[in-house]
Amino acid sequence: MHSFEYVAPETLDEALALLAEHGSEAKALAGGQSLIPVLNYRLARPRIIVDLNGLRLGGVRVEGEQIALGALTRHCVLEESAELAGACPILGEAARLIGNVRVRTLGTIGGSLAHADPAGELPLVMVALGASLTLRRARGVRRVAAADFFTGYLTTVLEPDELVTEVEVPATRGKGTAVEELARRVGDFAMVAVAAVVSVDRRGRVDEACLAYGGVGPRPLRARSSEDALIGQEPTAERVALAARTARASLQPQSDAFVSAAYRSLLVEVLGRRALTRAVSRALEAA
Amino acid sequence: MIVGFTLNGRPREIDVPPSQTLLRTLRDTLGVFDAKEGCSEGVCGACTVLLDGRPVSSCLVLTPTARGRRVLTVRGLERAGDLHPLQTAFVEHGAVQCGFCTPGMVLTALAFLEQRPRPDREEIRAALAGNLCRCTGYAKILDAVEAYVSGRRADG
Repeated sequence: MHSFEYVAPETLDEALALLAEHGSEAKALAGGQSLIPVLNYRLARPRIIVDLNGLRLGGVRVEGEQIALGALTRHCVLEESAELAGACPILGEAARLIGNVRVRTLGTIGGSLAHADPAGELPLVMVALGASLTLRRARGVRRVAAADFFTGYLTTVLEPDELVTEVEVPATRGKGTAVEELARRVGDFAMVAVAAVVSVDRRGRVDEACLAYGGVGPRPLRARSSEDALIGQEPTAERVALAARTARASLQPQSDAFVSAAYRSLLVEVLGRRALTRAVSRALEAA
Repeated sequence: MIVGFTLNGRPREIDVPPSQTLLRTLRDTLGVFDAKEGCSEGVCGACTVLLDGRPVSSCLVLTPTARGRRVLTVRGLERAGDLHPLQTAFVEHGAVQCGFCTPGMVLTALAFLEQRPRPDREEIRAALAGNLCRCTGYAKILDAVEAYVSGRRADG
């Protein structure tokens, strides 16, 4: 690894001042599970590392129907939190699919979102849930919807002097949620990942549906035509199968060195159907 | 920079460059060779140590971020010169061949068993999914962990 200057600020204000001063020459270190491999391989050479681990940015707060997740919340906390298992179980379900146990010990939600891997579980789930991110810099704060945060492959609207400090997620009580993915080996990034959020009204018809995919484009993508195929309908097995076929028709995944576009396309339908089927059955139980 | 942490129960203070990973610090600065370097990207599990009781890839931890924390390597399991019973189970079940993955396997299994003391074989398999072994085919490792779990149950 190249040598760099290392600073460990104790307050958020200090951290933001350092980022304001050093801009793109600085890199913020949270769990390090994406940044350190990049440094080990000398793919990036930041002049200064700003270690965020001393900041009080962890913690899960459930307040009514809103959940606030501090940016330094570790993946293992999402997995183990009983409070989240009740208020928003898809967070734990998705966290269990991330990397390996060591990644989940240290990896953080803010780091995962800022890294923005197009097949990452948390970016996908945040888009599916309609989460919003709080971004802070020395001279201000803004809130950005997850759907607007990711702009392309490993790219977000985050400026070099900004930090993700909090993620606000709506609770999903009364809804059904599920996440599915297929990876070549356990712990690999998914070839295709999908998150489904469904609710049904008193007549047993779908009144809210969100189906979001990872691994099929440069950022998490919603399959809107598939959602439209469900809304207002009774979520029968046939209807769910139709929605999954619609998702396949509406998304154009790419080939890469490991997976062909045709296989990804097949996975869009199969995994979409599995995720919707589970989400629908949970929604019916909850209704 | 000066960094202090507890290594296998003993406080240590060292002077290292901040860019040095915990793995390098253990091996090159402190001469503790039971964490191995495999992939350097957190995939293989050979460099696993427990940080405050939880498994981490020491190749993905900058040494200064371990300050004030408890680091456990496999040699910290030894008690009065005796192997930990899980290590004994690895020996008795032929779960060690080249030995490169063994420290990571043992530490990961112990951290998992802290949270889930009575797992079945499938749960053990899932818990060790992030630790790669190129010798044993994993079956004997699962045998060893299972035997350790049922041995503890027999002890009461």
